[in-house]
Formats: sequence, structure tokens, C-alpha cells
Amino acid sequence: MTAFLHQLPFAPIDAVLVVPGIAALLLALIPQYKLGARINMLASGLTFLCALTLLVERPDPAVSFLFVDDLNVVFVVLGTFVGFTTSIFSASYIGHEIEIGRLKPGYIRFYHGMYQALSFSMNLGLTANNIGLMWVAVELATLTTVLMVGLYRTQAALEAAWKYFILGSVGIALALFGTILIYMAARPVIGEGHDAMVWTTLIANAAAFSPELLNVAFVFLMLGYGTKVGLAPLHAWLPDAHAEGPTPISAVLSGLLLNVALYALLRFKMLLAANPFAVAPGPLLVTLGLVSLIFAAFMLYLRRDIKRLFAYSSIEHMGLIAFAFGMGGPLANFAGLLHMTMHSLTKSAIFFAVGQVAQVKGTQKIADIRGLTESHPTLGWSLVVGVAAIAGLPPMGIFTSEFLLVSSTFAREPLLAIPLVIGLLLAFGALIWRLTGVAFGKPSPSVEHTGRRPSMLPLIIHLVLVLIAGLYLPGPVVAWFQNVARMLG
Amino acid sequence: MERFSLDAAHLLAGGMVLVSFMMLYQNRILGLLNVFAAHAVVLSLSVAWQAYVQAAPHLFVTAAIALILKAIIIPVALHHMVLRLGVHRDIETVGGIGPTMLMGMGLVALSMVVMLPAAAEADPIAREDLALALSVILLGLLMMVTRQNAISQVVGFMSLENGLVLAATGARGMPLVVEISVAFSVLVAFIVIGVFLFRIRERFDTIDTQALDDFREGRE
Repeated sequence: MTAFLHQLPFAPIDAVLVVPGIAALLLALIPQYKLGARINMLASGLTFLCALTLLVERPDPAVSFLFVDDLNVVFVVLGTFVGFTTSIFSASYIGHEIEIGRLKPGYIRFYHGMYQALSFSMNLGLTANNIGLMWVAVELATLTTVLMVGLYRTQAALEAAWKYFILGSVGIALALFGTILIYMAARPVIGEGHDAMVWTTLIANAAAFSPELLNVAFVFLMLGYGTKVGLAPLHAWLPDAHAEGPTPISAVLSGLLLNVALYALLRFKMLLAANPFAVAPGPLLVTLGLVSLIFAAFMLYLRRDIKRLFAYSSIEHMGLIAFAFGMGGPLANFAGLLHMTMHSLTKSAIFFAVGQVAQVKGTQKIADIRGLTESHPTLGWSLVVGVAAIAGLPPMGIFTSEFLLVSSTFAREPLLAIPLVIGLLLAFGALIWRLTGVAFGKPSPSVEHTGRRPSMLPLIIHLVLVLIAGLYLPGPVVAWFQNVARMLG
Repeated sequence: MERFSLDAAHLLAGGMVLVSFMMLYQNRILGLLNVFAAHAVVLSLSVAWQAYVQAAPHLFVTAAIALILKAIIIPVALHHMVLRLGVHRDIETVGGIGPTMLMGMGLVALSMVVMLPAAAEADPIAREDLALALSVILLGLLMMVTRQNAISQVVGFMSLENGLVLAATGARGMPLVVEISVAFSVLVAFIVIGVFLFRIRERFDTIDTQALDDFREGRE
């Protein structure tokens, strides 16, 4: 396998960027919807295959702006996979939106081009071996998603995009200030210029950096990238952006973009952990994580819009993941990684389902959606399975990770475990309560369309993967995650 | 000479903080745009001075970008936009001018308290510059929070980015990649914002973001 990869005319890591880059330019020129959707799927699939090769083939960090290690390869593979399945879903979903006239055909070039540009910027952010480059990539990802959220050009969509843009920009600006401070801390040790922004050099020399500067820098990075992760109280953009954008973008936002920002935070956490005199970043993450969890759990009860409901559920789960990584240690980090993977898969699956629900019922209002399992059995039951998974019912994968997290927290910090469990139970109650209303009972009227139904395939693949992970995690995956958990410290 | 170069750098960076305060009390959009242009001019002088002191010619490029783009093109374009949209009226601030200025002073004090000890090991130019740059950033944030009008929020955001450029150029030897990208991102951001302003104009009778909020409240 490795020998074969060496014969390729390009390095796989470059391909992860080049494929979406070229596809973005190409798709920006294709006005036909069907052709564009096919190329979009093809490019996303190809990117996923290239990402898979990164599992066995690593570039030499000395000669490249990019690098791959055990940590970011998890994010890249997961991200490109969800990007691929979402492109399959998007193909039929967007087709339907054009048929019903919600999306003007003129925006197709824009939509597909932006989809690939987003994929490019996220892969760049995940593989960049330079904190400046990573920042640029996250900024690019923000701008592309802002444009996609405003795609429908309705008042609500524009308002959501504007809010997302302003809050996202402020977050990204604070993150840049933090990045500059990291450079300032590194410069007396590493010397001026490019080297003082390279990850691999930074982490190797972190012990000698000025701890005061690192502390201040981390506060800014935490606020900046934390805004992008959607941690409360910096989450205000997230529900609007999820609810008003096209559903494939909601899936990508929850499944991918939040993870990219989280990845950036984890990297800087590792940097601080490598310095013995810097403040421990863990308690900060634990606090923000718990606040997000409890806040979002309460807010779940108040939602009236089904996409907003699941957007708040994303805040809740990002809070859980931040909590897990904040706790640190092999077991909690393992739980955090597993939870992140499971959440990405489950939440995007739920958005695939919710997008179709909104199409067949013609509304996003929870009160107007009833009896789905009766009127649309496949869709309804898929949604039931997805919500059961996200609420943390066994035997799905999220149950495994939440169980690991709760049990390890009880063993180490019983006092922290109490709010954690309360938050989990509150969120569980809200989701199940909403689900019974939406899925069971007398069906509400549906809007019937003669057009094609969106594909159920991506949804089913995701849920089956989550189920398998809940029943049995393959040995190599466990070993891999354990290794990464050790790296994260 | 060493002493003088330090003093000049601090004077220019302090000048930016002063102009940031001037922006806080502008109550007309056109006046605000003029002050923003002045902000960018001071930034460009400050960056040029850093380029000279650090003998880093590439910083002159950053200074030129700041001067041409932020001091001339963007204010002129926004000026036209404001006149075309017919929104050159008084702008309302949340909480009034007086409390805002007091909060601004508090933020400047905060950034001094935080940055001066933290950056004690960095060289003195960078240390003072970082503290002043953080003040500019926080004042930009304050402006975004206290203004309800979309254009003045955009101006607040751009003044915040000016603070970032000040910090980046103060960090000796920081790679050019980042500076260009900052300038570039302002451009991109501006285009995006421009698009949004026009789209918003198509749909709303006002570009007051409070109206957007009212709209959302009614819906959710």
C-alpha cells in the first residue's frame, strides 16, 4: 500500500487540498444542477479516499507547510467522510428545494463552489503546520459558511448570516490576537520568522516559553475559537445559522466546522500543557463545557423550531466534548474523541432526517409536525433512532462515550459529575419529550410532492455506523484513540 | 536614537487609542467614517515607523495597504453607500456616550494591567505596543456592542482589525504571510459585508440591526 502511494504523481496530503480546490473552481462554472451535484459528490468522495490514505502515509513536516499526526488524521478522515455523505444528501435535497422554488437555480454554481471551498478550508485548517495558516483557514471556513447560511435570501436567513458573520468575525479576531501572542512567546526561544509559528517547533520548545504570555494568549484563543465551537455564552450565532441555512449546511456546520474549531483549541491546550509553569487549561474548558451543557439542556425545552432544537443539542454536545477534553487523562480524552466522532455522525444524520421532515411537512415548527412514524414510516423511524442515539440511549455509540465520561468523572471528581449528570438527564428529557410529539400520535397534514425524494442512504449509513460503534468498537480504532488520548495528555 | 524610536512608536500607537476614543463619541455615520479614515492613517504611520525601526521593508507593504485600502478606498466606498442608502442620519448608541467613554477608559486600563506584566519578557517596543493594540481591539469591540446600526458595527470591526495589525507589526519578525492575510481578510470581509448590506437593503427598509432583532423575536 505504501509503495503504491509513493508511485502516485502527488502526495495524498496535497490531494486532500487540491481536489476540493480544483472542484470549487470548476463547480463555480457549472450552472446545470445535476452535473454540478454529481461533480460535487465525486470530488467529495475522492477527497475522502485521499484522506484515508493519510492513515498509512505521512509527509515529512520539515519540507511542508502541512503535517499529519495521529490526532489530526482522525479529524480529517471524519470530516471528509461526513463531507462526502452530506454531498450525497445535498444532491437530492437541493434538487427538491429547486423544484419547490425555495432556492433559485442561479445560486447553484455559488452553492456547489462554496461547498468545496468549505471542504478545502477545513482540510487546510486541520493539516496546517503553522498557527497563522491555520487561522487563515478557519477564517476562510467562516466566510464560506456565512455566505451559505444566507443562501435562501429570506429575511430570517440574512439576519442569521449577519449575526453569524459579526460574532464569527469577532471570535476570529480574538483568536488572531491570541495567535500573535503565541508568536511573541515563542520568538525569544525559537528566533524570529517562520519557525516561531510552526506547530512542530512550537510544541517541542513550549517548555521554555514565557508562561504569562501563554496564559493570556490562551484566554484569547479560548474566547476566539470557543466562539466557533459554539460554547455558551459565545454560542449566539449557532442556532440561527443552523436553522436558517440550507439543511446540508446545518449538517456540515454541526458535523465538521465545530470540530475544526475544537481541534484548534485542543492544539493550543497541548501547547500549554507542555509548559510546566503555564496555567492548566483544563479547568477553563471544564467550566465552559459545563455551562454550555446545562444552558443548552434548559434551552432545549423552549425550542419551537425543529432545526433550532437540534442546534441547541449541538451546543450541549460540544459542551460535553469540551468537558471531556478539559478533564483530560487517558479515559476522559478517549471518551471525548469517541463522543466527538459519534456526535458528528449522529447529528449530521439527524439533520438529514430533519431536512426531509421539513420538506414533507412544509414547516420547521415542532408543533405542526406530528405522527411522522405513521405518515412516513422510514423517515419517522430513522428520526426516532437518530434522536434516541443523540439523547444517549443504549446501544448506540453516544451511550458508550457518555457512560465512559460519567464513570471516569465520578471516579476522579465526584462533585463535577453531579452537574454533568443533571445536564445529561435534562437534555435527555427534552429530546425524548419533543420526539414523542413529532414521531407519534395522529399525523399532521403533509405536503405531497411528485418530485424525487431525497436519498435515505447517507442517513442510514451514519446510523448504522453509530450503532456498530455502540455494540462493538474494532480493536485498531480503540488502539488508535487510546494513542491520541495519550498524546492529548 | 533608541529612546526616540521607542517614544515615536508609543506616540503613534497611543494616537490610535485616542482616535478609537474619538470614534466612540461620533453620533453621525459620515463623521464616523472620517474618523475611521484618520484611524487608518495613524495605523499606516505606525506600521511604517515599525518598518523603519525594525529595518523590515516588507512592513512598508502593510503600511501601504492600510493607507490605500483602509484610509481611502473603504471609507470612500462606505461614504457612497451611506449616501445612496440615505441613512446619513444620527445614529443611536446603547447606553449613551458618557457611560460608553467611561467603559472605554476601563477597558484601556484593563489591557494595560493584563498585558504589561504578561509581556515583560518581550522587548519594550512590543510590550507597550501590545498593550495599546489590545486597547484598540477592546475599544473596537465596545463600539460593535454599543452601536445598533450595521455600518457603524462594520466600522467598529475594522477598527478592531486595525488593532490586530498594530499588534502583528509590533511583534518583531512576524512572517509576512500573516500580515497580508489580515489585510486580505479585511478586503474579503468588506466585500461580504457590502453584499450583505445591499441584500439587507433589498429586503428591509432599515439597516438598523435592532430591526433585525425585532424581526427575529416575533418569529421565534
